[in-house]
Amino acid sequence: MLWLGVAYLGALAALFITALWTANGFTGNIERTWTLDNFRELFSQEVYRTITIRTLLTAVGVTIIDAVIAFPVALYMAKVASPRAQRLLVIAILTPLWASYLVKAYAWRGMFSSSGPIDWLLSPFGLSSPGYGLFATVVTLSYLWLPYMILPMYAGLERLPNSLLEASADLGAGAGVTMRRVILPVLFPAVVAGSIFAFSLTLGDYIAVQIVGGANQMLGNVIYDNVLKGNNLPFAAAVATIPVVIMLVYLAAVRRTGALENL
Amino acid sequence: MRNRRTFAGAAALGFALAVSLAACGTDSGGDSGADSEEQAAEEQGGFTPPDIPMASELGDNEGALSVLAWPGYAEDGSTDKSVDWVTPFEEETGCQVDVKYFGTSDEAVTLMKSGQYDVVSASGDATLRLIAAGDVAPVNTDLIPNYADEWDFLKDRPWNSVNGQMYGVPHGYGANLLMYNTDVVSPEPTSWGAVFDGAADYSGKVTSYDSPIYIADAALYLMKTQPDLGIEDPYALDADQLAAAVDLLKAQREHVGEYWSDYLKEIQAFQTGDSVIGTTWQVIVNLAEADTPVKAILPEEGATGWSDTWMIGADTEHPNCSYAWLNHITSPEANAAVAEWFGEAPANSKACDLTSEGFCDSYHAGDEAYAEQIHYWTTPIEQCLDGRTDVTCTTYQEWTQAWTEIKG
Repeated sequence: MLWLGVAYLGALAALFITALWTANGFTGNIERTWTLDNFRELFSQEVYRTITIRTLLTAVGVTIIDAVIAFPVALYMAKVASPRAQRLLVIAILTPLWASYLVKAYAWRGMFSSSGPIDWLLSPFGLSSPGYGLFATVVTLSYLWLPYMILPMYAGLERLPNSLLEASADLGAGAGVTMRRVILPVLFPAVVAGSIFAFSLTLGDYIAVQIVGGANQMLGNVIYDNVLKGNNLPFAAAVATIPVVIMLVYLAAVRRTGALENL
Repeated sequence: MRNRRTFAGAAALGFALAVSLAACGTDSGGDSGADSEEQAAEEQGGFTPPDIPMASELGDNEGALSVLAWPGYAEDGSTDKSVDWVTPFEEETGCQVDVKYFGTSDEAVTLMKSGQYDVVSASGDATLRLIAAGDVAPVNTDLIPNYADEWDFLKDRPWNSVNGQMYGVPHGYGANLLMYNTDVVSPEPTSWGAVFDGAADYSGKVTSYDSPIYIADAALYLMKTQPDLGIEDPYALDADQLAAAVDLLKAQREHVGEYWSDYLKEIQAFQTGDSVIGTTWQVIVNLAEADTPVKAILPEEGATGWSDTWMIGADTEHPNCSYAWLNHITSPEANAAVAEWFGEAPANSKACDLTSEGFCDSYHAGDEAYAEQIHYWTTPIEQCLDGRTDVTCTTYQEWTQAWTEIKG
């Protein structure tokens, strides 16, 4: 616990300190003089606000899509499927995790390309592939993080005793009421756990955007570009504090709901 | 509760550690920071590169060499069996070559900073930054026999030497081209206007090079089409000129499907039809041609381009293999092979005897007057490169920020 704190929080503190330095515009060497210029620029330039909002909305979108798709899948796995089918389904959900992230992202690049399967499927209806862009990014990321949403939900539902559902039915509750007053409250911590994965992974992602995002950029791309292309490590560090702050706010909000204690 | 206290303690300790580390950094780093600031200020005038020792004699080869290169500059036969100048080098010198490709000059500068690479093929927008940062060492050209055969107009140039000291050996030079899909794009474009004012015709299928240096392409187009702006050199833009270029690129952004810096990504995008027109290199055309109807032209406005230099890392552990590589890559055989593969003019005057018929003529190799017409990538700095002294020009850092803004 102690070492985790040193390694993890020490790194974060180092990040924040780096953000207060500047890089030489010509050589890219770090100049260790204290300044708030990086943050000033981050807040004064509109483009960074736009990118932050775009990233945030993408993360929220991916989380919601994953939650909506994962719920029926997890419910079926935990409560309807036979034990044998249950095992097979868990394997089926886990298998994609064995394939490389890049392979899956490039597969979606192929899917969305203007001569790809999506275009082929839509062409009879007079439509064409939406092409690379935010939509493709949201779809790809939703696909990538779906198992991280299904698994905690499945675990959460499996812990829910069938007797509770039966008792609810015996007391005259319909399917809707049981869902709302029995299943969802029990499931809530699991949804929160899953959402932390989907949300934070999307917030920091920059590879999928590069592959299927067309000309769009996310916070991750700005950081990447500043590290690898702009030779401006301090500014990259300043940008990197944005997702950290967003996650802290998110985790604080989650903590207030008390979901973390019930995990 | 107990748990939480340990956690807080750890947090405090972690923070204290980071702060103390940072404090050390401030103490020892203060000097070097001031130094490099001075260098940047002195750049152009009397710019003093950090004192890095130069090799005076060669010893035995170390058996290994790590090469940082533009794609296509260090082929070992894995892309195309007949294209191989790394294997002969390995057999001759016993230096096992490990190649890393980079997509933009900025990437090269960042990777060189890691100190993991022995030699690098740097373009003019990377060379001075590498020299000023002390990442590359001066090169003793007496130790490189093939240097004598290289064209004189490539030697002792502002982008490869400082105060008469060479920091590498010239590799070759060429121009950025306009590539298009011949099935889709008609009439055939003759001007860069096809990706600027005319980009709307191929909306969503235009591609551009993903680097701040691409701003120079827009500046070059403005230089020819809007003489009122008074652009003399696409790398010397004052604030107004930069703003005009940025506006042009923002308008182009509406129609850009993808930006590319990975050459394989561009090839693939042309193959699938996701990109149909955009800036390119000859080597990409050569690779894409195989299964895609593409053609590349040098538009009437001229073009931006590169003049590359092989440099040696300051911290190299394999100086002898590095010198052997510099000599090998500038040998007539290897230089001719690279030039033909990548599609550029070779730097060695004897290479033209070994290239295919008419190759050197089509690239105007050795034609000094033609070579001066290409606007070679250079790092934009505060002192205007076109000689204006009444204004300050925009720096590369400003270009980098403008680039983020353009992409939006």
